[in-house]
Amino acid sequence: MSFLALEPIRVLLYLVGICAFVGGNAAYLVLAERKGAGRIQRRPGPNEAGWAGILQPLADGIKLLAKQVMVPPGTDALLFRAAPLMVMAPPLMCLATIPFGDTVVARNLNIGLLFVFSFGSINVMALMLGGWASRNKYSIISAARVVSQNVAYEIPMLLVVITLLMITGTMDLNEIIKQQAGWFWNWNVLKIWVNPLMPVTFVIFFTCMLAETNRAPFDMAEAESELVAGAFTEYGGMGFGVFFMAEYANIVVGCCLATILFFGGWQSPFGALSDGLWGPIWFLGKTYALIFTVIWIRWTFPRTQFYSLLNLSWKILIPLSLFTLLLTGAMMKLPLLFK
Amino acid sequence: MSLKSAVRETLTGFKSLLTGMRITAREATKPIITVQYPHETLKMPDRFRGHVQLILDPETGKSRCTACGLCVRACPSDCLEVDGIKREGEKKKSVTEYKLDFTKCSLCGSCVEACPSDAIEYSKAYNVVSRDRDDFAKMDLVKDLDAKAKVWAETHPTPPAAPAPVAATPGSPTPATSAPAPAVATPGSSTPAKAAPAPVAGRAEAGTPGSSNPATPPAPAAANSPTPSSSIANAAASTGAAAGATPSPQPESKTT
Repeated sequence: MSFLALEPIRVLLYLVGICAFVGGNAAYLVLAERKGAGRIQRRPGPNEAGWAGILQPLADGIKLLAKQVMVPPGTDALLFRAAPLMVMAPPLMCLATIPFGDTVVARNLNIGLLFVFSFGSINVMALMLGGWASRNKYSIISAARVVSQNVAYEIPMLLVVITLLMITGTMDLNEIIKQQAGWFWNWNVLKIWVNPLMPVTFVIFFTCMLAETNRAPFDMAEAESELVAGAFTEYGGMGFGVFFMAEYANIVVGCCLATILFFGGWQSPFGALSDGLWGPIWFLGKTYALIFTVIWIRWTFPRTQFYSLLNLSWKILIPLSLFTLLLTGAMMKLPLLFK
Repeated sequence: MSLKSAVRETLTGFKSLLTGMRITAREATKPIITVQYPHETLKMPDRFRGHVQLILDPETGKSRCTACGLCVRACPSDCLEVDGIKREGEKKKSVTEYKLDFTKCSLCGSCVEACPSDAIEYSKAYNVVSRDRDDFAKMDLVKDLDAKAKVWAETHPTPPAAPAPVAATPGSPTPATSAPAPAVATPGSSTPAKAAPAPVAGRAEAGTPGSSNPATPPAPAAANSPTPSSSIANAAASTGAAAGATPSPQPESKTT
């Protein structure tokens, strides 16, 4: 076991596990999505491949793998091929710092939060590269929409995160979780004595996460019914498949982050049973509850128009997040004045 | 837009989002309502208009069509072809040929309305598909009726027949009323039990030379049937091995 305890080996094993986790999630969240859509529309969803459609992701994967990855003539072949990889790599990197349990983390960084957000923003660039390298004006236009959407939502998201940072005082993800120990009212989302608008901050964060991962009702990047496939129009086979998987991987990362920042990560809701194996169970339970909400939202709301998407960000979310930031600062500092 | 109305708009908007999510959550818990098509099919409503078909008279197991030709005259698309013969001992003609050119039919229903003897109706077939044009250009409705007559013969008990020679002799039809237990044990006796269908006995008869009916009758519905019991045997005989291969609707008839 001393061999396994070596730091490089340990990180390597974790990374393999994370790759498997992301791959499995991407594959089976597609199925969960289709099943969820089916239930909401009162139909069973995919149910032919295997028991209750359990082999559907396998069938989809084989179909995508069997397709030719075509590079259209005149494209920037290197960028065209690199874009799917660049969109898939950041979520993998981010998950390396996500603590699934007290000790279950590949690499605990003391700037984990910054790490996650800096890698998360590469996603936008990769989508834009994909659209740009396709040598297709529609792809470029879609890519420009992606960028403007992501820029618009990056701001309120980061403002919310700054609010949280003021409360936690650390960027260490595990440390943030440890601060939320105890009963569930110690979770950041319910810490209304620190800031009465804490639940609102979570709603802002969650909305921004949906927009950042290009999920419905903000899926302008790939509005199936309107834009063919948006920025990925020229991609076929597994190239498109990787973009698709990356979307789900990003959802997983976003929901993990929401769990850590607002719902106490691997802490149990009643202050006990959060050590050892219970940690990952609580963590994954909370994460999948959020992921389910994401799917639920997708099949409830129609796609917004682009200007209302930007209106929501610039006119509501940014002022609101700025207000919560100021309010948090005031509530933290004003008592000190009267001491 | 004042701050107050902006806040109010945001709040009402958020509330409406929650209402929407509540509705989808409620729908998600309700049972599935779609029909799983290849595994399940819909029952067509009474007024569904498929192609026309001959009605099987539930009393006699035959068509009521008298080949009068009114439907042919009523048809605006000229897609029907009817022929019939007059049989001995029957007052009216009976149909021998009823061809529908479904490629021309517009499902107007004039034929159904024109029919004086109420012999045709709309079928409930909505899964009509074929690779062969002739399957639609020359739809043989008499053939379809015969297929139904077979099923009818297998599922309907024989009405008490006119007295026929009581015979345990192989090859002669046994009256349905007597219906002895060793009917199956005796090969060649076409013995439809009174309450049980006769596919087994009929099959046995078909394989036996010297039975009262020819093994391959031309068309069971059109064939001359001396007694009701043997007409059933006829129908069952033309089913042949197929009726034997499929499980009998009332398997106990084999054991008795």
